[in-house]
Amino acid sequence: MDTALPQLAGPDPHSPPGNPSVTVAPPLIQAENLKTFFPVTGGVFRKTVGHVKAVNGVSLEIGAGEVVSVVGESGCGKSTLGYSLLGLTLPTAGILRLNGQALDITRTSSWTPYRKDFQIVFQDPYTSLNPRHTVLEILSGPMRAHGLVDARHARDAVAALLAKVGLPPDYMHRFPHAFSGGQRQRLGIARALGLKPKLIVCDEVVAALDVSVQAQIVQLLMELRAELGLSLLFISHDLSLVKSISDKVLVMYLGKIVEAAEAQALFVAPRHPYSAALLESIPTLDRARKPKLLGGEIPSPVDLPPGCAFAGRCPSAQIRCREETPVLRSLNVTQAACHYPLADAAELNLSGPTRV
Amino acid sequence: MGSPSTPLLEVQDLSIGFESETGTVAITDRVSFRINAGEAYGLVGESGCGKSVTCLALLKLLPNPGGKILSGKILFRGRDILSMPPQELRALRGGDIAMIFQEPGAALNPLWPIRKQLLEPFRYHEFSGDPERRILTLLERVGIPDPPRVLDAYPHQLSGGMLQRVMIAMALALNPKLLIADEPTTALDVTVQAQIMELIGELRREFGAAVLMITHNLNLVAQYADRVGVMYAGRVVEEGSVGDVLDAPAHPYSQGLLAALPRLTGGRQAPRPIPGQVPRPSDYVSGCRFRDRCAHAFAPCGEQPPSREISTGHSVACFLGMEKAVA
Repeated sequence: MDTALPQLAGPDPHSPPGNPSVTVAPPLIQAENLKTFFPVTGGVFRKTVGHVKAVNGVSLEIGAGEVVSVVGESGCGKSTLGYSLLGLTLPTAGILRLNGQALDITRTSSWTPYRKDFQIVFQDPYTSLNPRHTVLEILSGPMRAHGLVDARHARDAVAALLAKVGLPPDYMHRFPHAFSGGQRQRLGIARALGLKPKLIVCDEVVAALDVSVQAQIVQLLMELRAELGLSLLFISHDLSLVKSISDKVLVMYLGKIVEAAEAQALFVAPRHPYSAALLESIPTLDRARKPKLLGGEIPSPVDLPPGCAFAGRCPSAQIRCREETPVLRSLNVTQAACHYPLADAAELNLSGPTRV
Repeated sequence: MGSPSTPLLEVQDLSIGFESETGTVAITDRVSFRINAGEAYGLVGESGCGKSVTCLALLKLLPNPGGKILSGKILFRGRDILSMPPQELRALRGGDIAMIFQEPGAALNPLWPIRKQLLEPFRYHEFSGDPERRILTLLERVGIPDPPRVLDAYPHQLSGGMLQRVMIAMALALNPKLLIADEPTTALDVTVQAQIMELIGELRREFGAAVLMITHNLNLVAQYADRVGVMYAGRVVEEGSVGDVLDAPAHPYSQGLLAALPRLTGGRQAPRPIPGQVPRPSDYVSGCRFRDRCAHAFAPCGEQPPSREISTGHSVACFLGMEKAVA
């Protein structure tokens, strides 16, 4: 039963070395105070009456070979964030640097030179592959558009890609309907890999798959990461999965990052009450650990309450939380946007490796 | 009412088939399980294993034409649902047996306000009290803020978590003895999932209803079920108490499912996939259907392994551990 596993723990051989004599490359993605708003229209004349603040001032950095995960409940803006970084949804404001170069976020064409380096795999493997194209066309299309292969060599290139994601090369003449969900997701990954990207945004790539197949896709991504030095921005609501693969985790709530932490630190001692509540609400196989309920629901992203957006559901909220919006600040090894952060691992005097 | 030893629901050798161009394809093969009064039973398996079809068959809700029951019995308090006259079956549906569907958004009528939908069970079943008051109480009970406002709302005006609460309220309208919940929280966020599962648990304790929970989520089963049946490719491959099956899984498929599950607690470990994929019903092989994905497969697996009890109430359909007997 034991198959060879990619080594997940420990330093990654492809991440920038800690040697100071080597010039450190700029982060692949650097966002500062990125905002993406969607107008809400109303009335007879469809006037803009407000904005859905899907991404409301997010700053992040993703380095080479890093796996950064974004977690949060549906509607927290995690998918919009991924789309905004790739220009699939134009951000409203903020600074975005790809490969160290700032780009004009008001025009989609600004992203064109970066498309090859920054790819995406979508959530739904059933709607993200053109049902009228063969696998050969689906996989060779992006490579030909970028001039990486010509028509004569397309078959060889596609065969190599299929082999890389664990599918037989003779599948290239089939149409998407002939594949299962897990196989389709492999095709989605192969399509992204064809351009030899530096970073792939994985938007809930395994959410639609069964557990046993889910683990296959995760293993494939981790193998590719080790082999090719890929960075991944992993957007997911599954915290257990995120824990097993991430270097860094960003917890989003209502368009904002409320906690940014090394994966190990977050799962041992979350500092933001929302991160803690999210972790505690998840059922696990451990029957002695009962899931704890987080009451209430996410407020509407159109009419955000003043102060901390989580205050209405937060067990430790105080008056200040309803008046003053907390900003993300450094707390020892993590960053949290909270006036009254929870105790860290040292303060908790933890003996074991886990708390949740 | 049957004798105390009669289980509330007993499914015996249930085989369900679907029509296809090439003839009838069997989706499930002699599925058997029993649920006692007040018990929470988890039926787990991956998509296509036949768990949802089995639960539709319990109320004779298989798509028609298309699905049909090939053999077997479904006994509810000792009476066979499959041979029941239509009026009696109608009284059972939504009365003694209620169902919560996977996607609350799709299971409610988008053109009807919540009030009309909640009152529907009372139009088809006898009820001595005031239905209007009953539905208000129910909505409060399932944790809906401001029930009078929600009664006048349409489904699109409510969130997924709220709609699932409405579905649960509707299912509880007539105090069912058995609540069938088909992936009740799959479409919901984890925080809402915990709320809904706690609610089902509370109502179970309060009203004494048994729950049949269909899910692919072993974590949910661990927390909210008493006993569990693991299905693979149309067959129940392992059954037992949650403690037995999840702590000491005997079937290689159950073991594989558990190893593939990413863990939130404990040290960081990568989920281990099960190689290969779930076969389609048209490709089911004779013998053990898991054998081509199984690391332990050996010669006897070409035959269908019988289900045998390995400890009290814990049974498994696998030749492992009985090598001597089959050699």
